[in-house]
Amino acid sequence: MLPRRYLTTLALFALGAIAVPAHAATIQIVMENLVVSPAEASAKVGDTVEWVNKDILAHTATAKNGDFDVTIAPKQTIKSVLTKAGTVDYYCRFHPNMKAVLKIAP
Amino acid sequence: MFVRLSIAVAALSLLSGAALAQGAKLTDPQIAHIAYTAGVIDINAAKQAEKKASNKEVKAFAKDMVRDHEAVNKQALDLVKKLKVTPEDNDTSKALSKQAADKLAELGKLKGAAYDKAYVDNEVAYHKTVNTALETQLIPSASNPELKGLLQTGLKIFQGHQQHAEHVAASLK
Repeated sequence: MLPRRYLTTLALFALGAIAVPAHAATIQIVMENLVVSPAEASAKVGDTVEWVNKDILAHTATAKNGDFDVTIAPKQTIKSVLTKAGTVDYYCRFHPNMKAVLKIAP
Repeated sequence: MFVRLSIAVAALSLLSGAALAQGAKLTDPQIAHIAYTAGVIDINAAKQAEKKASNKEVKAFAKDMVRDHEAVNKQALDLVKKLKVTPEDNDTSKALSKQAADKLAELGKLKGAAYDKAYVDNEVAYHKTVNTALETQLIPSASNPELKGLLQTGLKIFQGHQQHAEHVAASLK
């Protein structure tokens, strides 16, 4: 029983390793005290953004051009994979003073 | 701008006048009560605005105020429970509530664009007053570090609200 489960886990790990392209990176963007940092981040298509909301309030990361609109509950982290290149200005719909830029290379 | 500023200053001197009338430094139970009351006041104003406002941006702003102030007040309630502190009513809280009730009645009589403008202008002035009170009175007087921390977080949030309100006010002109 135990060895078989172990093997399955191993197999899953192997699959995971194949599925994730070697160049994909994870970029962390933190929202704390109603400030987005870094204010300007760079990434590539295929990279994952980890939106970390350290505030006691809900925030959103809303692209001005409509490319993404992520809602992050208080004290939560949301991951999203970037699928489209471009320089995207985004803001928080609930706190429009929170603005930042994400540069996504193809 | 000057008129709005003088209203804020007048409101603040009312606020500090009431606080000073007690003759002593505010205690943590009183500070907790004032901060919570200030939140409830803005939630009530926002709930009125959600019903009465006609401008889309004003309506959205009111919704943001309800969401944020309810979140902050929930944190405040959790904290006083944890610290086993019972918020204590006081002259500042009473003065704030009285002023707010009068303002709510005054705004209640307005309609349409006149209401939108009056609500948002009051939000600018109100957040300015509360932020100054937090900075100069409530935060320096708070003894418990966790309460002080929550007030400092609140100040950052409410400074954001003030800017947001100023932005909405400018768009209405």
